[in-house]
Amino acid sequence: MATLEIKNLHVSVDTDQGKKQILRGVDLVVKSGETHAIMGPNGSGKSTLAYSIAGHPKYEITEGEILLDGQNVLEMAVDERAKAGLFLAMQYPVEVPGVSVSNFLRTAKTALDGEAPKLREWIGDLKHAMKNLRMDPDFTERNVNEGFSGGEKKRHEILQLELLKPKIAILDETDSGLDVDALKVVSEGVNRAKEETGLGVLLITHYTRILRYIEPDFVHVFVAGKVAEQGGPELAERLEAEGYDRYLKTEA
Amino acid sequence: MAQHGIEAHEHKLVPLQTRSERPRSTSISDFPELSNRQEIWRYLPMDRLQGLDAEVIGEVTQSELSIALSGAVTANWIDSSEQIVGTAGLPEDRISAIAWTNASKTLLVEVPSDQEIAEPVFLTLKLEELAAKALHIFVKVGANAKATIVLDHIGQGFLAENVEILLDPGANLDFVSIQDWDNGSSHVSNQFTRLGRDSTLKHVVVSLGGDLVRVTPSVALDSPGAEIQMYGVFLADSKNYFEHRPYVDHIAENCVSNVAYKGALQGAGAHTVWVGDVLIRETAIGTNSYELNRNLLLTDGARADSVPNLEIETGKIEGAGHASASGRFDDEQLFYLMARGIGDTEAKRLVVRGFLNEVVQKVGISQVEDRLIASIEQGLEKAGV
Repeated sequence: MATLEIKNLHVSVDTDQGKKQILRGVDLVVKSGETHAIMGPNGSGKSTLAYSIAGHPKYEITEGEILLDGQNVLEMAVDERAKAGLFLAMQYPVEVPGVSVSNFLRTAKTALDGEAPKLREWIGDLKHAMKNLRMDPDFTERNVNEGFSGGEKKRHEILQLELLKPKIAILDETDSGLDVDALKVVSEGVNRAKEETGLGVLLITHYTRILRYIEPDFVHVFVAGKVAEQGGPELAERLEAEGYDRYLKTEA
Repeated sequence: MAQHGIEAHEHKLVPLQTRSERPRSTSISDFPELSNRQEIWRYLPMDRLQGLDAEVIGEVTQSELSIALSGAVTANWIDSSEQIVGTAGLPEDRISAIAWTNASKTLLVEVPSDQEIAEPVFLTLKLEELAAKALHIFVKVGANAKATIVLDHIGQGFLAENVEILLDPGANLDFVSIQDWDNGSSHVSNQFTRLGRDSTLKHVVVSLGGDLVRVTPSVALDSPGAEIQMYGVFLADSKNYFEHRPYVDHIAENCVSNVAYKGALQGAGAHTVWVGDVLIRETAIGTNSYELNRNLLLTDGARADSVPNLEIETGKIEGAGHASASGRFDDEQLFYLMARGIGDTEAKRLVVRGFLNEVVQKVGISQVEDRLIASIEQGLEKAGV
């Protein structure tokens, strides 16, 4: 059992106009096996939350705590957070020219396990995971994210999720830019990881569409850098019907 | 006429309107003495020339150049007064003219027509004394022949060099020039190539060591349908000054040129210069041309100058483009790799290897690739990356 605790998290970023506060006191607890959907309008701070948990240097934590099984995540370097069991599926995965997918995945697996995976087993796992995600076998020879379509990028993120087996995964708008078929394939991958490893999921999304395929246990509505409302799956249905206007009006 | 990179021309004593107007001559006196005020020498550290700019210098002895032939390829020292010498190109600067004048012998490497040579030919230069020396090499590839030639510079020395490469129609050559000098070496090399109809040349420059290394590969595309790929890969540390000046002269119709140089720099004082000239003349209809230089600065205090010059005198071309960029590590790339558990050092190494790999993979000669990869690993180790 793993538990990710976010307590009173305040985060700001440097902009040309000076420091800008984005998160204003976020409290969240995600446990193994749970799926939490974070929903909210653009600019509400959803992605900032994702990157802050992963440790992107652009985001400055000004107040609050992030704990994984009681360990202070904020003191860990980016790679240490991954080693502790955190995973961020990125909205815009970057290209790494000249580095093949196969080299990248093997290097990551080796870094996380502290030893190189047994070759035959690894190749078997890789093939199996790629087949499940309906990925072409020669995909591994391509350079990381170079020339990938939107759908290929997201599948590649979920492929990593399945192979690297984290405890808690943050999916940052994994549904964006996917057609229905790709969305299903990607969602199946997340559900498989939940079943097989008891993964805890923090699912960040603007739309309710993905929640038809990945069922949330909890829904949190983000507005202006904090949780404005939370509830069960029924909250998502209400959002689908009513949109975010209600929250934005209150803000104004 | 379109001309890009105009800033490169500010310091010319006599402004030339186009790259092709540079004088060509084998006579030293036709060129002014070297000065940083001349565009072609503007970046050069004059204090590292080690006598290469003197009118009279020594000559590379036959024992200093070891030759490992392959298949039907022949190599013979001929008199530099023989007619073939100068048929691929003539000096465009003073050091080239000095090397021309002082090399009384020329090594003529010939690949007979219609021969496909499987294994590479290796020419390995290791100078035996520390004195400025001249060398002239002529490579001739017969019609429809195919070969690979590696010219390797190792050890310590001071060398002024001219290499001529002449491809007959339909010939196909991979030529690699490796500058892997020990510290305390200086090397100025002009490599002239002339491509026959429908011939293909892959010209690769690999610079790994030397206090001053300046390579000017130039190609005259004066027969239709010829294609040149010019690749360069270099790794400079604080002891190195590397300058690469590829020049592609599109004269005939339907020729293809692609220039790609990539380098990594580390350590205070590391300095690289890339000046890429492409001239597409009025007669060069159907030309397809691209040139690229990218530099990755691994540490503070390194400097990369990058100047692409593209002159186009006809609109009837397939395409012409250039790209140049020098920068530090991409933080987003490092973040992505580290977010998967890969440590800081390993992530940086992956990025550098990947960056250079794009060109390293194009070399296509396993012995050379292995050496390059080993050099890159060594360099990264030294940089503490």
